[in-house]
Amino acid sequence: MKQEITLKTESQAPNIMKPITEFLKLKLGKVNFLGGFKKTGITILSILLFIGLWHLGSKALYNKEADYKVEKALTEQGQAAADAERACIESGESGCQPNTLPSPTQVWASLQSLIADHYIIKEKKDAFATKMEATNQKLIAKGKAPIVYTGRASFIDTVLTSIKTVFAGFLLALLIAVPIGIIIGLSPTLKSAFNWFIQIFKPVSPVVWYLLVFMIVKTIYIGKSSDNAFVISFISVGLCAMWATLVNTAMGVASVDKDYINVAKVLKLGTFQKVFKVILPSSLPLIFTGLRITLSVAWMVLIAIELLAQSPGLGLFVWEEFQNGANDSNSKIIVAMFVIGIIGFLLDRLMLTVQQMVSFNKNEGI
Amino acid sequence: MAYLELKNVCKTYGTGKDSTEVLSNINLTIEEGEFVAIVGFTGSGKTTLVNLINGLIKPTSGEVLFKGEPVVDTSHERGVIFQNYSLLPWLTVGQNVAMAVTEAFPKESKSEIMERVKSFVEMVGLSHAINKRPKELSGGMRQRVAVARALAMKPEMIIMDEPLGALDALTRGNLQDEILNIWNQDKRTALLITNDVDEGIYMADRIIPLKPGPNATLGPEFKIEIDRPRDKTALNDNENFMKTRNEIIAYLMTIGDERKSVSEVEYVLPDLEPKSFVGSL
Repeated sequence: MKQEITLKTESQAPNIMKPITEFLKLKLGKVNFLGGFKKTGITILSILLFIGLWHLGSKALYNKEADYKVEKALTEQGQAAADAERACIESGESGCQPNTLPSPTQVWASLQSLIADHYIIKEKKDAFATKMEATNQKLIAKGKAPIVYTGRASFIDTVLTSIKTVFAGFLLALLIAVPIGIIIGLSPTLKSAFNWFIQIFKPVSPVVWYLLVFMIVKTIYIGKSSDNAFVISFISVGLCAMWATLVNTAMGVASVDKDYINVAKVLKLGTFQKVFKVILPSSLPLIFTGLRITLSVAWMVLIAIELLAQSPGLGLFVWEEFQNGANDSNSKIIVAMFVIGIIGFLLDRLMLTVQQMVSFNKNEGI
Repeated sequence: MAYLELKNVCKTYGTGKDSTEVLSNINLTIEEGEFVAIVGFTGSGKTTLVNLINGLIKPTSGEVLFKGEPVVDTSHERGVIFQNYSLLPWLTVGQNVAMAVTEAFPKESKSEIMERVKSFVEMVGLSHAINKRPKELSGGMRQRVAVARALAMKPEMIIMDEPLGALDALTRGNLQDEILNIWNQDKRTALLITNDVDEGIYMADRIIPLKPGPNATLGPEFKIEIDRPRDKTALNDNENFMKTRNEIIAYLMTIGDERKSVSEVEYVLPDLEPKSFVGSL
């Protein structure tokens, strides 16, 4: 019986792996076109090996869990119950499936169901909007807030919420850290004034930042019905992630090549000109290195903060699926894990591209 | 009244026990329209002297007078060509020059500034490279940009801090001629700091050796009595050239030997070993 289950999963495996490998072949083939196929081949091979090991691991865990269930039925309720349990597991009925690490096949199926679910929810939303259109127009005419769809958010909606939050947080970090970093970098006095502040607050955990922001925002929003989860989460993300940019900007501004400063002096540039035409351009590479770290830190802390703030993003999605404990919850969590990883990777690439655009070779440029 | 005058100038770096007097009792007078070269060993305080004259640093004691007024800050009247070009790498050739022009002529319109930039870039023969960034240029081309930038501010005096030190002999020769040509056009006062005696003799009216630091001070001056324009190839057969050259080199050799005998302190080197980073990841 065990073997049948194994066979079933194995027969499905090539089908799900095919599109993945095709996709990777295409993508990696493009990226490493000049680098030769050897590198691409090794990457594909390692991906296949990873999926294979994952598959074997999940199969072993599945069997262990299934055996335990049957064993438990046998000792507690006797042979008949044990047979019934085994038959139930075999039939694939959702009520008695072992709850463990999902296999690649299950994760792939969950991804597809999540995408399908998105379209169902979208239809519902559209239907709701058309139904409420007339009422809403009346409400707006009266100066009242329109009624919006408040149903469950789809997975894709949560991804979009997360991306929106991370960018808002990143922007906040940029707006706070870059100007302060420049000021601190320019003035040794202010540097010593701010230094204790940076050193103490830099290592504070995202959870504590969330609590601090919650205390403040809650009071500011008191008596207002609007949802402040988004505000709380993006401010917390920004405050957690801004330190790398702050420190890097201050360092970049403070360590501008002395030759450039001399040029500025000899040309008699004013303070404003000196800062914007010499100091800032020369510290841009370091500032962008800081911003790149900030964006990846922001994406990392975002998940935990969304969970705490009940903001409808990926963090909350993962937590709710874990609490939910449905048959496909585990595989949905793994889907979210991959999506988080891939988006994080893409964000980093985005920043790397921007960073390379603004940087110049310092040593060659002198 | 002298055009540029240094009176008993001393410059000390550091304070208390760790202080070193780099320059002591420097007395120098340069007349308007003169081309003066200062030759000295590496590390003798030449750059400190340049920075004192252009106003980047202030003397510890003594006075630097420019047209009778003490030098307290940098000025557009004194253009500087730095040893390491100091071009801003994120700006193109044109933008680097334009930055100087905009500062020196704040009242001019954009098109006038562009005209000026173009004419100075053309003067150093880089019109084809006006939109290139410094890292795309060779060392000689970069130094030409630095020359254009310094001259574009129309300074009354040009201060050159080993401007050709990092160039190969051929490029060096060409640029020497170019700088002389430009200098000849309106006979601005020029101060050249160099470590190459031949360069000094070829370009300057007077050569003053700088004794090696710490406590560097200026030696006796040597007048170069060779008519301009000077011919580089004929220079080697010129008696005057050979005589002056030998005198200067003999003088530099003696002060070099003096320095050696003075500094016979034995330095104990720290017992260091290169750290191996292989496999320490």
